[in-house]
Amino acid sequence: MNISQFFLQLINGLNIGSIYALVALGYTMVYGIAKLINFAHGEIIMVGSYTVFVCTTLMGMPIWLSIPVSIIVCAGLGICIEKVAYKPLRNASRIYLLITAIGISFFLQSLFQLIFTSNPKSFPTIIQLPPLTLGSFSISANYYLTFVVSVILMIVLDRFVKLTKTGRAMRAVSEDQGAAQLMGININKTISITFAIGSALAAVAGILYSSSYPLINPFMGSTLGIKAFIAAVVGGIGIIPGAVLGGFILGIIESLTKAYISSQMTDAIVFLVLIVVLVFKPAGLLGKNRKEKV
Amino acid sequence: MKKLKENKKLLILATLLGIIGVFAIITVLTQQGIINRYYSGILLSTCINIILVVSLNLTTGFLGQLTLGHAGFMAVGAYASAYCTKVVFASLPAIVSFPLALLVGGLLALVFGVIIGVPTLRLRGDYLAIITLAFGEVIRTILLNLSFVGGAKGYSGIPRYSNFMWAYFLAVATVIIIVMLIKSRHGRAIISVREDEIAAEASGINTSYYKILAFIFAAFFAGVAGGLYAHYMGIIEPKAFTFNKSIEILVMVVLGGMGNIKGAIVSAIVLTILPELLRSVSSYRTMIYALVLIIMMLAKNSPAFKEIIRKIKNKIIKKEAQE
Repeated sequence: MNISQFFLQLINGLNIGSIYALVALGYTMVYGIAKLINFAHGEIIMVGSYTVFVCTTLMGMPIWLSIPVSIIVCAGLGICIEKVAYKPLRNASRIYLLITAIGISFFLQSLFQLIFTSNPKSFPTIIQLPPLTLGSFSISANYYLTFVVSVILMIVLDRFVKLTKTGRAMRAVSEDQGAAQLMGININKTISITFAIGSALAAVAGILYSSSYPLINPFMGSTLGIKAFIAAVVGGIGIIPGAVLGGFILGIIESLTKAYISSQMTDAIVFLVLIVVLVFKPAGLLGKNRKEKV
Repeated sequence: MKKLKENKKLLILATLLGIIGVFAIITVLTQQGIINRYYSGILLSTCINIILVVSLNLTTGFLGQLTLGHAGFMAVGAYASAYCTKVVFASLPAIVSFPLALLVGGLLALVFGVIIGVPTLRLRGDYLAIITLAFGEVIRTILLNLSFVGGAKGYSGIPRYSNFMWAYFLAVATVIIIVMLIKSRHGRAIISVREDEIAAEASGINTSYYKILAFIFAAFFAGVAGGLYAHYMGIIEPKAFTFNKSIEILVMVVLGGMGNIKGAIVSAIVLTILPELLRSVSSYRTMIYALVLIIMMLAKNSPAFKEIIRKIKNKIIKKEAQE
């Protein structure tokens, strides 16, 4: 086994892992606050990538402008989805919410398939920085930028949730919705903000992912979404550092299995990891087992 | 009391007569050539879909757990039973090897159901949905890379043992078994888990056991349906068992009414025949399915949505009254 080869795979894993972590953060935040698996989250990644594609390739917008546009579109879409599809069902049984979420995800997929066909589109080059040379091997700009951007966003999010008033409101709502409302917290507004932040992170993840793998299609979000959700569960769903940890673990496992075991069986191995975690540590690596209250 | 029992006997007799009657009519029509090969193919797919929908209804409707990997179990059953008739039981006559193969397909799907269900269903929460979703995708990628069952080219040369008779009676058997399960003590336990898991557990029901029981039952029947499908098509490809197929089955369950067997059968029939008639708008099919899921859920549960429907109804009634 070659050491530099191993490091290359590790860097590869950190790259994809930081994208998983960003998406997993969205899942975890929404799950924490609304107790809902937002299946449409994966599709928001796809919408984010397509927005950049439409802005730059079809409308000729400069790239630096298309990125904030995409983030805003996704945040808006996240809020819309919440208002239209999830909010009316807040008091209904969980399975109805899940089916609606699946419906939304499926709807967005088929809508984009109708508009853009299922042929992959090439994503514009966004990052034009020189690669970073470290001794004998160089790391492409995509890789280190993805990593740096993700880590900065995670730190910002962590500070935001811990220190600001809105962040405190979010934590309160996820702890106990009823009690939070009695303390004067506007639940609807807090949930909307959570969806907006999660979707904005998904947009960033989508853009970063597409600049590493520059072919986008309407189904790109679903696999990425499943992997990120698995990352969130592995780390402990509802826990923000858990999502980050899970994302990185999953990314590294994936790139190492691709390199050393079998590239075709990667998905199966990731799935196996999930099953093993659920058997031995159902609440996730960072999760605490809580007693259910009646 | 005696009269009740008599009534029940009559009902069973009538049902049996009905089942045989429908079968006889369709057989006669086929022999007369009124039902051609195309139509009898549709009838066969209808029966396969009934098995799939009724079995999914057991987990989604009665147990109240969302499963998104029904096509995955179907794929397991299809490939396993095809491998059986082609390789393992190839020397046996069709009348023996086919049911054996279907059984093996169903049992293997059941084993996969246990592997997924036991770690997942012990937990409270919505893990099952996403894990079955991932399972469906993983099974598909594994099948794409298994060269001894054809990989991406598909597994071809499967003997075409499936005919309307097999499909029809298996569908009938599935419905009867699931209805009997639901009406039994075990069925009531399953429903109680859906209604209130904590209360069910407090009343001494082993919730994990019943969740897994319902889940593997459904997996078994999905495997059998997959076996029927494989021996009807003659060639199976991994791309036939995508997430879209699972969603299609889910849409049938939702449209028929979750936890409603009759509704499930009707919607399986309608949603198998309707797309055949509406080939021209087939590119919108997935989108329509998605909208059906969203609107059905909102219509059932959202107070605002119910209000809108009520207003529309009132307006129509008023208009009619004015005229």
